[in-house]
Amino acid sequence: MAVNGVNNHPYIPNSAPGVRAEILRELGLSSLEDLHEEIPGFLKLDRKLDLPEAMASELELKRHVTGLLSRNRHCEDVLSFLGGGCAQHYVPAVCDEINSRGEFLTAYGGEMYNDFGRFQALFEYQSLVGELVDMEVVNVPTMDGFQAAATSIRMACRMTGRQEVLVPDIMDPDKFMAIRNYCSPDIRLLRVGHDPETGRIDLNDLATKLSGNTAAVYFENPSFLGVLQTRAQEICAMARKAGAESIVAVDPISLGILAPPAQYGADITCGDLQPLGIHMNYGGGQSGFMATRDEERYVMEFPSRLFGIVPTCKPGEYGFDDVAYDRTSFGHHREHGKEYVGTQSALWGITAGVYLASMGPRGMEEVGRSILDKSGYARQVLNAIPGVRAPGFASPAFKEFVVDFTGTGKSVARINQALLDAEIFGGSDLFGDFPELGQTALYCVTEIHTKADIDRLADALGRIIAS
Amino acid sequence: MDLIDRSATVRENFHQAKWDEPIIFELDTPGERGIRVPEAEPEIRAALGQNDLPDALRRKTPPALPEIAQPRVLRHYMRLSQETLGADVNIEIGQGTCTVKYSPKINELLARQPQITALHPLQPEETVQGILEIFYKTDCFLREFSGLDRFTFQPGGGSQGILTMASVVRAYFEEKGEAEQRDEIITTIYSHPSDAAAPAVKGYKIIHIGPDKDGYPDIEAFKAAVGPKTAGFFVANPEDTGVYNPRIREFTGLVHAHGGLCGYDQANANGLLGITRAREAGFDLCFFNLHKSFSTPHGCGGPACGATGATTALEPFLPGPLINKADRAGKAWYCFDRSYRQDKRSIGKVRSWYGVAPVVLKAYAWIMSLGAEGLYEVAKVAVLNNNYLFKKLMEIPCVDAPYIPGRQRVEQVRYTIEKLAADTGVTSGDIQRRMMDFGMHYWTSHHPYHIPEPITLEPTETPSKKDLDEYIETLKHVFREAYETPEVIKTAPHRSVCHQVDASPSDDPERWAVTWRAYLRKTGRGKPGQSPA
Repeated sequence: MAVNGVNNHPYIPNSAPGVRAEILRELGLSSLEDLHEEIPGFLKLDRKLDLPEAMASELELKRHVTGLLSRNRHCEDVLSFLGGGCAQHYVPAVCDEINSRGEFLTAYGGEMYNDFGRFQALFEYQSLVGELVDMEVVNVPTMDGFQAAATSIRMACRMTGRQEVLVPDIMDPDKFMAIRNYCSPDIRLLRVGHDPETGRIDLNDLATKLSGNTAAVYFENPSFLGVLQTRAQEICAMARKAGAESIVAVDPISLGILAPPAQYGADITCGDLQPLGIHMNYGGGQSGFMATRDEERYVMEFPSRLFGIVPTCKPGEYGFDDVAYDRTSFGHHREHGKEYVGTQSALWGITAGVYLASMGPRGMEEVGRSILDKSGYARQVLNAIPGVRAPGFASPAFKEFVVDFTGTGKSVARINQALLDAEIFGGSDLFGDFPELGQTALYCVTEIHTKADIDRLADALGRIIAS
Repeated sequence: MDLIDRSATVRENFHQAKWDEPIIFELDTPGERGIRVPEAEPEIRAALGQNDLPDALRRKTPPALPEIAQPRVLRHYMRLSQETLGADVNIEIGQGTCTVKYSPKINELLARQPQITALHPLQPEETVQGILEIFYKTDCFLREFSGLDRFTFQPGGGSQGILTMASVVRAYFEEKGEAEQRDEIITTIYSHPSDAAAPAVKGYKIIHIGPDKDGYPDIEAFKAAVGPKTAGFFVANPEDTGVYNPRIREFTGLVHAHGGLCGYDQANANGLLGITRAREAGFDLCFFNLHKSFSTPHGCGGPACGATGATTALEPFLPGPLINKADRAGKAWYCFDRSYRQDKRSIGKVRSWYGVAPVVLKAYAWIMSLGAEGLYEVAKVAVLNNNYLFKKLMEIPCVDAPYIPGRQRVEQVRYTIEKLAADTGVTSGDIQRRMMDFGMHYWTSHHPYHIPEPITLEPTETPSKKDLDEYIETLKHVFREAYETPEVIKTAPHRSVCHQVDASPSDDPERWAVTWRAYLRKTGRGKPGQSPA
């Protein structure tokens, strides 16, 4: 059955009948049907695709999609305290301006001589994150923080020749699943327990589980539940003593005030760039980074592209090039390169660079301080509500914290439904993933929240709990 | 005044934007600020009193980021963008296998509204029905394009799609108790390197099948390779050569006869949408690159989506959550299926959340702007354009393309200019640099080169005939230069942002520099934020 195409589609210049016929003539063909002659008839679809009718105009398309999107409620409209690895931060307008530039949006895998700006912007991104984490090697971004953690673990296993990795028992279950999938079948993940009072890693359990088989100790600071690992230096030292690498995942927006892991002994720092000038995008704004010292044994284990600065034949001119390209699967060794590389999340890397360049050292310090204070204030006012305990753990925290509603006799699910009626997205319900914590929720407070926002939350919660 | 002559078809007066922009750290002026931060109100500070971090965790010295006022930050990055040859500003033919097509501006505009950018992935389902409907319907479209039964949008690119397929294959055989026995994945030389590299991460031994004299995967070698150790067969069709393997169903049939699974790398699907599908060719899994065939665009290399599909039999092994359509009081209700958390068969997660939502939205909008007839036109015109370019280039004496002479290619061709190199000493890499002097991309091939002095070109449906002719005339011009003035080519580029680099530091640990601070240290100039030593 012949399928008809369309004439004069605005995205397809050669769908203009005259020019299409001219090209067909040039090829000695009489119709579009004569193309695809190499595909056997029995493999050809003998009908039209079953799809909705095309939108007749751009305006119609705009109305249709806008209509669908209008069914979403969003966090600029509803007051949100959702976190758990994706957070609402302020996105400076320059970040959107730059990542909307058509040149960046529509570039891809070109060489340095025609994508020079892409190479420079990504080299600068690496350099800016390098200052933030106090390390000399940073990759072109990978998919997300999950992938950055998983690859950091694989790097450590290759470096040590060991196959066992210690990870905290409190972490995002989804992240654990992503790491487990990426690291199977050859790498064994062992969970390290936590102190139930503080939520911090149990150093005694860590000592018991560390051995000559341990390739790496992976932990998060702050943890998935917002808790700061105050004894991070001891954890890194214990790992080192066992001949293991220490890998620390951070929230990069904390590093204006929190010590970067390199300063307390971490070997690999990793994390997600989303807080740095990237919208939440329903979880589409995630982007992963990894950083190490500038030692050959680390650099040669990166699967990612690493853009380096090099001279050109003209004095005074900067150029850029892939560092140690043949370690990647794009090099000459394919599957014998390090893991694999491909399309990841480069545009978010450029965006994070714009963010860090705009913020500067003072901006990063102030945003960290702002989050620390606002989340501290939120804990204070929530804790004052009868039956509510905040924080749920007796530990310093950053940005996110556990709120324990067990004492209210109400479930988080019910409380959150009532909050939604008051136009508030309450913290995410932890009961499904961490039932041992009781009726708890993970709240996220950032620099975007005002005192009035936090007070409004507290008032609403007070009313809901009293009702 | 005389008429200004604009008859030349080659842009000899072209020059890339060259701003000679410093590295951003060199723009540092202490005291300048790029943005102000919303700080905590004094009442908050008063209520808190002391709110300090434990000393052990407090940063003692601020990060040595540059201090730059906003206009200069903006100007810097605007200039860098101008120094980047995105598809919006050039005739995009030269990045073969990458399907760099027009990305409609309306779709970008739609994806940048707060109704999508300001959605948190943990919002209650009732507040995200619009985006969930878009995910669900795009899944349905991809089912129709492939004949497979269910898609996940989690993979962040084609390579992660391949990793997902490899993970599903492993999980499937673990469930059957055959994972130890089946430890091999077969792929082909002309499939993407990730078809080999990603399964290797999952512990598979990789068996490569080379081409036969016609460029098809050698079926005799394939028969010898398939057996009880075969877990899967991952292949592109057409491969990077643009040659479609018409016996593909014999290949997938052989794998199935030995109990293995077949994964289709559909990175090269642009010429096949609505023409032929994964299911009829015998595949159990496949992935589409939404940033390629579905225009969303490439973003310098992501954010992207390698939407991965499976047959009903393999659906339980996909990462979760998947999105279902249900009925609630007679109305459609879109909701998550979170069974992946309990179902041991599922590979769990490959990426956080549900995939890159704006990319899915843009793919949805693109499909809705074309419909079945429009997509057919896309596939046909992409192949038409490619075969026109193919015919014109094959008329040039120094150009050849191995395999199936006189027959059609699908959406791309891998050419060789071995004769030109032999005649002139000018390599394909040299030609690549020279094409940039005319504002054109030009890609050689993945490594290692199996076709000598390769060029891989893919016009897609985007260029007009005039665009195609300009690219062809420019290539002819450069080839002519290779014979007449080879030095011009060997010393190219001349009109790029920079001149030929000295790449020698790139493999030298003493000299490579991945960050500005490493560069300063290795060149003896101290640290960022300090005055030069």
